[in-house]
Formats: sequence, C-alpha cells, structure tokens
Amino acid sequence: MQVTLKVFRYNPDVDKKWHYETYNLDVEETERILDLLELVKGHYDGSLSFRRSCAHGVCGSDAMRINGRNMLACKTLVRDVGDKITVEPLLGLKVMKDLIVDMEPFFDNYKKVLPYFINDSPLPADGKERLQSPEERARFDDTTKCILCAACTTSCPSFWGSDDYLGPAALVTAHRFIFDSRDEAASERLKIISETSGVARCHTVYNCTMACPRDIQITKAIGELKMATLTGKVD
Amino acid sequence: MANVHEFDVVVVGAGGSGLMAGLYASRGAKTAVISKLYPTRSHTGAAQGGISAAFGNTEEDHPEWHTYDSVKGSDYLGDQDAIEFMCNEAIDAVLELEHMGLPFDRTPEGRILQRNFGGHTNNVTGKPVRRACHAADRTGHMILQTLYQQCLKNKVNFFDEYQVLDFLVVNGKAAGVVAVELATGELHTFHAKAVIFATGGHGRVFEVTSNAYAYTGDGAAILLRRGLPLEDMEFFQFHPTGIYKLGILITEGVRGEGGVLVNGKGERFMPKYAPNVKDLASRDVVSRAIYTEIREGRGVNGQNYVYLDSRPESIIKYAAEDGRTNSDGSPYTITAEELLKKLPDIVDFNRVYLGIDPMTQMMPIQPTAHYTMGGIPTNKFGEVVIDDKNTVFPGLYAAGECACVSVHGANRLGTNSLLDLIVFGKHAGLRAAEYARQADFQKLPDDPTAEARAQFDGLRSGSGKENVFDISREMKKVMFEDVGIYRNEKGMKSAIEKIAEWKERFKHVRITDTGRVFNTELLNAWELGNMLEISDVIAECALNRKESRGGHSREDFQKRDDVNWLKHTLAWKKNGKIEIGYKPVVITKYQPKERVY
Repeated sequence: MQVTLKVFRYNPDVDKKWHYETYNLDVEETERILDLLELVKGHYDGSLSFRRSCAHGVCGSDAMRINGRNMLACKTLVRDVGDKITVEPLLGLKVMKDLIVDMEPFFDNYKKVLPYFINDSPLPADGKERLQSPEERARFDDTTKCILCAACTTSCPSFWGSDDYLGPAALVTAHRFIFDSRDEAASERLKIISETSGVARCHTVYNCTMACPRDIQITKAIGELKMATLTGKVD
Repeated sequence: MANVHEFDVVVVGAGGSGLMAGLYASRGAKTAVISKLYPTRSHTGAAQGGISAAFGNTEEDHPEWHTYDSVKGSDYLGDQDAIEFMCNEAIDAVLELEHMGLPFDRTPEGRILQRNFGGHTNNVTGKPVRRACHAADRTGHMILQTLYQQCLKNKVNFFDEYQVLDFLVVNGKAAGVVAVELATGELHTFHAKAVIFATGGHGRVFEVTSNAYAYTGDGAAILLRRGLPLEDMEFFQFHPTGIYKLGILITEGVRGEGGVLVNGKGERFMPKYAPNVKDLASRDVVSRAIYTEIREGRGVNGQNYVYLDSRPESIIKYAAEDGRTNSDGSPYTITAEELLKKLPDIVDFNRVYLGIDPMTQMMPIQPTAHYTMGGIPTNKFGEVVIDDKNTVFPGLYAAGECACVSVHGANRLGTNSLLDLIVFGKHAGLRAAEYARQADFQKLPDDPTAEARAQFDGLRSGSGKENVFDISREMKKVMFEDVGIYRNEKGMKSAIEKIAEWKERFKHVRITDTGRVFNTELLNAWELGNMLEISDVIAECALNRKESRGGHSREDFQKRDDVNWLKHTLAWKKNGKIEIGYKPVVITKYQPKERVY
C-alpha cells in the first residue's frame, strides 16, 4: 500500500532549525514503523537518525511520537496507524538529532529512587533463596515489566512542565522495589517520592498508562504509591 | 592527547556478561563499562524462557545430569571440563541473582520455580526435567535490569553510547581500546591494563533472525583484524520457533509448558524425529525436523512454515498422550489464564505482529537465526587464548555470546546462554581485576586512534556508487539460504565468491551524512564491514568442516565424523585470506556416542 511518511528532521551540524521531510513509500500494512524508517535511511536519506536495537518491543530504544502518540516504532504496524504517518521525537527531552532525544534527564530521575534491590540482612542459613510466596511475587509483577523506553514520562504534562518531576517511569521503578517483600528500603524510597518532585505531581491524567508499550497499569501503581506515602504502610 | 581515559579494566559491552564482568572487576580494580547502547537496551533483555540450574526444586535433578545433557547437546564438541565447571557453578550463580533481587517466579513453598526446556532431562528416565528458572517469559529482561541496577548501586563507571572501534596491542599485551562517542562523533582512547570483550553475537548476518540490530559481531571482527583467531565459527544456532518471516523469538518455554509443533496436515511430527522427548529435543534437531517437514511438502499451505500449537485444549490432549504429570503425579493440565501468566510476552507478540490469539489460534513459525556458538576462544576463566596450545593473550578477556569457551560446542541447549553470561562474566571480571593488580600499563602508541580513523575515512571517501543497505540485504539473504540450516559445497562456494564481491563493492560505499552528532549512517556502514568479515569466516569454516554436527548440517556429509572432525576449528585472517587450524576437544567423562532424543 502507498503511505505518506512525514518525519521530523533536525541535524545540528547542518540545520539552524528543525523541519519536516515527507516520503511516499510503497509498503506492506504489516510492516513496522521502524521498517519504514530503515527503508528511508537505506534508500532516501542515509542521514536520518533514530535509535533502535531489538526491533520487537523489549529493549526500549525506539520510543517516539507516531501520529501524536508515544509508541515504540518497532511495535507499531502500518495497519495500526493508517496511510498518513507522522513521526516526531519524544516531547520534554532535548532533541539531539532527528528522532534522537537526550535521555540523560530521564535516567537521572530513574537513579534518584534507589533503583536497586536493598536487603542487608543475613542470607538464609541454608544459603539458598530468600523465600517469597507466589502471592508476594505477584504483588509487584506488573512494574517489573518496565523497559525504560520513556514513552510514559515524556507523555506526562507534569514532566513537560519541569523535568525535576521524577516522572512515571522512575515511580514505576520505585513501586517495583517498594512492593517487593524481600526489599528493606521501602521507607527511604517513600521519603524520596514524598518530596515535591515526587508523586504529588501526578494528577492522574492517565497519559502514561495509555502510552506504555508494556501495558503496565502505571496510574494504578502511582496511586498505590500515593496511598503508601499517606499511610506509611506497604501492603 | 585529548579524550584519553585511564582505567585498570575496560569492559566492552553492557549485556549480561559485560555487566557481570563490570560488577566483579570494579570490586578489585578501577573499571569502566563501555557500550554502544544504553545498557538496558542490550540483547540479553530479549532472552525469554529461563536460566538453568539443577536445584531440583520440584523434582530430582543433579549438576551431573545438567553436565551430561549439555555435553550431549553440544554434539560432543563442547569442552567437558568447562561444561562441568559451568553446571557446577549454576546453582550458586542463580542464587546470586536471586540475592541481587531478581524476581523469579515461585513455587508454593516460595522457592524458585522451574520449567522444562529442550534437551534437559532426567538422566535415569530420559524424560524432560524442570531445570529452567524463570521470571515469566522475560527472564533475560529481569537479569539485565537486575545486573544494571546492581552496577548502579556499586557505582560502576559507564560510558553509554560509545562504540568501540579498535583494540590496542602493545608488546603483545592489551593496552586499551578506541571508541567513538556517538553523541559528538569524537574519538576516545581508553588506556587500560586489561580489556574484557562482552560484545554479543552476530545473528544479523542472516535474513531471518531473532537478534537485535546491534548484533553485528563487532568484538569478534575487531580482534580478527588485530590478528587473533576465532573458534568454531561454523556453528550457529537456528532456533526452531521464530515468528514466520519476522524471526521474532517464540520461547522454547512454550513447548516447555506443553505446546507442540504441528505440520500443514495437522499432524504432530516431533515424535517421528525424537521419540523420547519429542517437542523438547535440542534445537538443532527440532529445526532440522521443521525443515524436513517443509521440504517434503508438509508446510502450511505449501509455504515455508509450520504451526506451534499452544491452545490449552491441545496442550492437555498431548500431555495425556505423553503421560505427562505434575510433580505430585496428577495428570498435567493448564488453563488459558495460567498460560497467560506464564507467557504474557508471547501472547503480546502474537497479538501485535500477527493479530492472532495463541490461546485460540496456532502460531505460524519457522526456524530463525538465533545464537553464535563460536567466537573469541577463551579458557574457563574468560582469558582469551590464541592457539592450539591455549596460550593466553596477556590482559585480554572475553565472555558471553562473543566468546567460545567452549561450553556450547556444536549446539547450545536452551537456558545455557544466560548461565554462560553469569558464570563466565563473573570469572572474566575477577581474573581481569586480579591481572590488573599485578600488571603495568603498556605505553600507548603515539597515535592510538590511527586505525579507527583510517576505517572511518575509508567509509567517507568511497566513490559512492554502492549502497550499504543493498549490500547488507543481499548478504543476509545469501547467508540464510546458503550458509544456514542446511549447507552444501556448491552453495557455500557460491556464497564465498559473493562475499568477496560484496567486500569489493563495500569499498565504493560513501557516507552521505557529513555531520558528527549521532552519525548512525557511518556506524551502520562500519557494522556492515564487521558483518562481511564475520560472514567470510563462517562460510570458510563451514565449507572446511566436512561432516554434520550439531547446528552444522551438511547435505553432502550427513554423518558426524568423530575420527576426522572431533576437533575445534580456529580461523585467522592473514593477508586478506582465512587460514584454518584446529584445537583438540577436552573430553573427560563422556565418550562420544550417537545422539538420540
């Protein structure tokens, strides 16, 4: 089928200002938007730049705005979006070139929530695993799926307002550890997310939940965090 | 000199083995981890089904069984001392991951839950054994996240989005690496006492692959250019179940949970090829069975694919036929809801890419290029060895998929790749730090970035009459068809001639992007250069090995030949030609015998 692909372009080595380029392509409706970008790069303009790696929605490299919504280019097919396709970089992070944005503020926020397992108690006497029931494990299953693609955080109006807001992805990570029965640093993390840059900036707009390519119930997870910061209880 | 950094140990690559190496090396030495991707984008994250360890949490199991299964799986080409070492370390390796917080699925008693996987058996009954420890069908994702998180906790130094281009050798010892910072285009020299390559595989040389775009064999190609040998490069694994045409991996865990393969006539065909373990035979056996069905006209609708059936009613029916039971002896059953919990990503991939629901519809699958068994030769401590006497190259280490220990031999068992990353990443990190404590820095060459600059300059100054994308596409197609699952002399000779032509055409490539910031066109072209080098080695080694063993199936030499070919291949690049030598296989307890599944 014939599609029109309109792509945001900006090369700081050449361009004073960003612009759009339009490409008319003959493609299959089952092709990924990433396949279209590869086609343009291969045959129309080699300088078109974007990040990609796994090409099937698990590495988180190619989050971008497709027809105005944050999605992974490798997990969105032509038939999902129609024959007029506009591709733009994520909002709220500085554009470095074409579809590539500066991910550092995003990862800086991630690093603020103590994004690692903390348990300084002695290991079980038999040296084996720390026991965890299937129910305890299920409690935080949803938030272990995050691939740090930034689709959620860069869809959030609070983050657009100021990137000192931790943002949904960092909060999802905090949730993953706070609700893990084996972890011992919940109170420290709750303190961090209770600060002004934390959960209070979430106004339940649900953009993050809509944007998540891993179908994580992000707004629900943030709601659970809000409750925990109010009650001081994790259950 | 501008942009010179000094570290005791430099790790190249930030997937499972690179992060494990970085974590361990940084405890004893000043360490940097350099990656062309953000670490969490690494291909370890795509691993699905599990990591094996003989815990016996739900049924009897032993590290010795795991060892024997892996030796048999390797078609006796794996080094048995290294395999035994890995399988003995497996339990502690998986426990260490759990202690780092990895959220494994759990048994009712709260222990790590395990599932069946191909080639892993109870050595007494010959039946499948539950050995694969898993976190749903995203075990690799959880390993990658957990290790990256622990590296952050331990303040490991990361250089994200730096592509390593060259390995520096001074006085016959490691001296560091040269890398380009993608965001600025600037070259950086990392002066180091020890260098660990953890750069992953090269499945992108094949058309249909489960591998990430990043899997272009960079580490192996860099060392080949520097005169080091590669081992057993003819052995590449084709995973039986990739999504038709796309190659996206459908985990063996689907069959571990009871799914079966069905041909175009609706027949379950694996019992013909592997009467004991059927759909849970090793991957080389299953991939060949699928191809045989297709060749004999039993593909679906005459096409090059068959079905993977994971509908709960089918699973229950076949489980009853096989007499499969739960660990308490009751008949094996499963519901759609349980399956969805165990395999959520598989359901998602089917929905997104095929528009089908695997709970009610069968998945169209074909074998997909999946795993590099060969690679940079190392011993079991991750030290790179450079000849048939296993002479160690001072200061150079390799681990993970880019390395060849060899624990996978001619065919890797599912779940052993993740185990390999953890075990050998750790030991490479430990050894490198230990080496760095007693070694001195080698003096850097006067112009350390010269070779890297020359390679880039070549890509900027070609005539421009050739296109990277076209050469790449032709290469992938020919490699998949002529150096893929089935191989013969005629096809491989033709492929080798074409590779020479592509290399010639590659000299006429010219990058159109003259900028410095994220010049991904330049990077992709450089990666194609690596893939052409690697394709050449694969094809030459495959043509040279006149037998069939594991993942290497010759139509013109259909039998395994232990008299002449029970040996590792070593391949060097000398004066533009591939030179081949050999190295003995280490055999300790298990004499080669015929493989029956």
